[in-house]
Amino acid sequence: MRKELNAAAVRKFAANNIVPIIFIVLCAVCIPIAGYSGTYLVDQIITRIVRNSFLVLSLLIPIMAGMGLNFGMTLGAMAGQIGIIFITAWNVVSIPGLLLAAIIATPIAVLLGWFCGKMLNMARGREMITSYMISFFMNGVYQLVVLYGMGPVIPLSSDQVILPRGYGVRNTIDLLNVRKSIDNFWSIKLFADENGAGGITIPFLTIILIALLCIVIIWFRKTKIGQDMRAVGQDMEVAREAGIKVERTRILAIVISTVFAAYGMIIYLSNMGTLNTYNSHSQIGMFSIAALLVGGASVSKASIKNVFLGIILFHLMFILTPQAGKNLIGQAQIGEFFRVFVSYGVITLALVLYEIRTRREKAESARNLALSQEATA
Amino acid sequence: MSEMTKPLLEMQSVSKEYNGNPVLKDVSFTLGQGEVLGLVGENGAGKSTLMNILFGMDVIHQTGGYGGKVLIDGNEVKFASPLDALKAGIGMVHQEFSLLPGFTAAENILLNREPQNRSVLSLVFGDRANTIDRKKLQKEAIDAITKLGVELDPDMMVSEMPVGHKQFTEISREISKSSIRLLVLDEPTAVLTEKEAEMLLKAIRNLASQGISVIFITHRLQEILDVCNKVVVMRDGRIINELDAGKTSIQEMARLMVGREVSTHPKDDDRAGRTISDRIVLSVKDLWVDMPGETVKDVNLEVRDGEILGIGGLAGQGKLGIPNGIMGLFPAGGSVMLNGSPIPLNNPRACLDSSLAFVSEDRRGVGLLLDESLEWNIAFPAMQIQEKFLRMYLGGLIKWRDQNAIKTVTDKYIEQLQIKCTSSKQKAKELSGGNQQKICLAKAFALEPKLLFVSEPTRGIDIGAKSLVLKALREYNRELGVTIVMISSELEELRQICDRIAIITDGSVSGILPASTPSEDFGMLMVGKTRKEA
Repeated sequence: MRKELNAAAVRKFAANNIVPIIFIVLCAVCIPIAGYSGTYLVDQIITRIVRNSFLVLSLLIPIMAGMGLNFGMTLGAMAGQIGIIFITAWNVVSIPGLLLAAIIATPIAVLLGWFCGKMLNMARGREMITSYMISFFMNGVYQLVVLYGMGPVIPLSSDQVILPRGYGVRNTIDLLNVRKSIDNFWSIKLFADENGAGGITIPFLTIILIALLCIVIIWFRKTKIGQDMRAVGQDMEVAREAGIKVERTRILAIVISTVFAAYGMIIYLSNMGTLNTYNSHSQIGMFSIAALLVGGASVSKASIKNVFLGIILFHLMFILTPQAGKNLIGQAQIGEFFRVFVSYGVITLALVLYEIRTRREKAESARNLALSQEATA
Repeated sequence: MSEMTKPLLEMQSVSKEYNGNPVLKDVSFTLGQGEVLGLVGENGAGKSTLMNILFGMDVIHQTGGYGGKVLIDGNEVKFASPLDALKAGIGMVHQEFSLLPGFTAAENILLNREPQNRSVLSLVFGDRANTIDRKKLQKEAIDAITKLGVELDPDMMVSEMPVGHKQFTEISREISKSSIRLLVLDEPTAVLTEKEAEMLLKAIRNLASQGISVIFITHRLQEILDVCNKVVVMRDGRIINELDAGKTSIQEMARLMVGREVSTHPKDDDRAGRTISDRIVLSVKDLWVDMPGETVKDVNLEVRDGEILGIGGLAGQGKLGIPNGIMGLFPAGGSVMLNGSPIPLNNPRACLDSSLAFVSEDRRGVGLLLDESLEWNIAFPAMQIQEKFLRMYLGGLIKWRDQNAIKTVTDKYIEQLQIKCTSSKQKAKELSGGNQQKICLAKAFALEPKLLFVSEPTRGIDIGAKSLVLKALREYNRELGVTIVMISSELEELRQICDRIAIITDGSVSGILPASTPSEDFGMLMVGKTRKEA
């Protein structure tokens, strides 16, 4: 009896955590094939955590409010990029530059988030596909502004940023001014050799920032607005009956998420050191969502734990696969290829699993009814 | 209570009509502080409308308000919204739970009224950035639970609770509002086990002794006798009688509830002329159905060849679950045999293939393709399931709709059922409720089933259309010998056309009686007084 119970518990655990388990197995297989050293992997993982976690954390609040995965975080990323373009053109360097970028990005992100939230309130129950489409639509607006607006309409005259023809932003911008500013402000290196190469770099300031955001999110859950969001997320009608302003709460969730995504994008770009003007934002949305799902989150439930586990597993995969591919079949390309199809695959799988799980719960309630009938009979 | 004090609630000749149909006529009663008033009546007797008026629900304002007066403490009130009613200290516990499954009992009890602590960030972001005071929340929830006098763990998640505890959580929420003076409980014991119901009744007495008045709507008449001071019996929008709960009996209440005595039974002779064989067409054993709000447990039924079997009972007791479960629209279990061969459950197609047809109570949702023409609506199921109205080419590889055949059959039914429409091409959504219902029937008739389930065929249609629908069903049964199982909340309607009537209470059959039995006996079955047929 006890054994049966345990087996059932294990099966349930496996069914609920199938995505992370698949990734753990894949990584475990790839580590020996790729043949990287332990310190290299740890260093790389820390870099990825530092680079991505702020962005992934920004997804948590809309999930709490029952709005699913916020594909509209791309809008926040766009706002962050606009901030970065400005400070690069104005040549404001280092941490003050990043702060200025954040100040520029905030009102843009609030505005975009408010717009997105309004739209999602009109498309209740189909938030994810709507926010996905909004991100495509806003991408067009963003391109219009950046490609034609910057220069003639919005005066910017930096050779570094503007194309030689006099308007429009270059395809890629080198962010020398702010490259690793936060990371290098206060960091230490462990296990490095005599020349200072290799080893593990720990950028303290960035980690503090991320920890701060985690604390904010934990605190947020305990506030009145956090409680309201959880209520709205579970049942909008019940929440409305209790007098909670449902629409406002939902808009707020998206605005907060968009603003955090903007800050996350600024941290990400500063760490990367280059801005891919026309691609970075759409890629980052996809990868952030995929990472969160790999960490075991679902459409309706996600925690800080999922964020970090997800980033570690998802990016470990990408560090390993090019080398593993090269060692196996002499093709490093396979890693990049993997990256894209795995992201889409994971998102699809998570959406399907969510639906299956919901249905299974319904079936369970039917089974309970049958059991209770047997008990009374 | 001294003679001087004004009653807490007084209704003075309240009346209400919807589109010219009177649903409440001259309703007057009073309720003193700390009194428990039982409100009983069949479905459609006007109980809900009366409560909607008391709470100032939108549906009342949108349909032209009401007549008469509602007085609280002797002063006339007209609540503009349920929130106003709440402010005046009136709380309501609905039949459907409005609880958040992922919150604990305590969180639900104090939903949106959580005690808060101000923090530094509140200065920047306003009051919504206040943190929630968990300790105080816990304490206030426990206070409310204690006041109610039930056992309920404040930390238990609602999704893990038995139904009874959910009900207690709902009631605790109303009680936790400090201003509460009058509590309306709408069928609170319908979903409870016997023991939970007992606890609830005790809780009601508890509240009354603390000076909170209660209006208790229930169909379990024994409970009325147990806790109420007085009983108001409603029928057809009127108060039939106001009784002293101490001096009445279940029999008296049941008789008053259903007792519109029909002097002559209209179709007796018609019925007498037929012979119904003893052959069993459909036999249902140990059926359970998980249909939300209409749960069915352990139903055993036998339907004889050529009869019209009625299934009646009060709302929420499970009568609708039976056809929906057998036809595979909701998860179900047990065994169903048609002419001796088993019908697989949870498989709508298999049911339709074995010549069962179903006219759903959800006319607009399940019954009709609202944006399509009448022709399509009538012919579609037959075309889809039995490949009627199709012309085959290339040995069946290419199937073409036979437009002429479709038109012919549609016109036939339009004439036969007197469907009012401009042409057979008209869209289904443009018809009135009664005519839409006839389309649903025509659709089922076109399938030429051996056994037809008809669920609430007269719901929401006017009297003239009602009798036409009933006539169509009777003729269909008489002329083609099709067995019909009709589910309806209106007992009189069932008594008019059925041969036998089964009454469903608490999800199972409480009795099957011939339709000629006095309605009083059915009333007793509905309130679950006697179990099983003798």
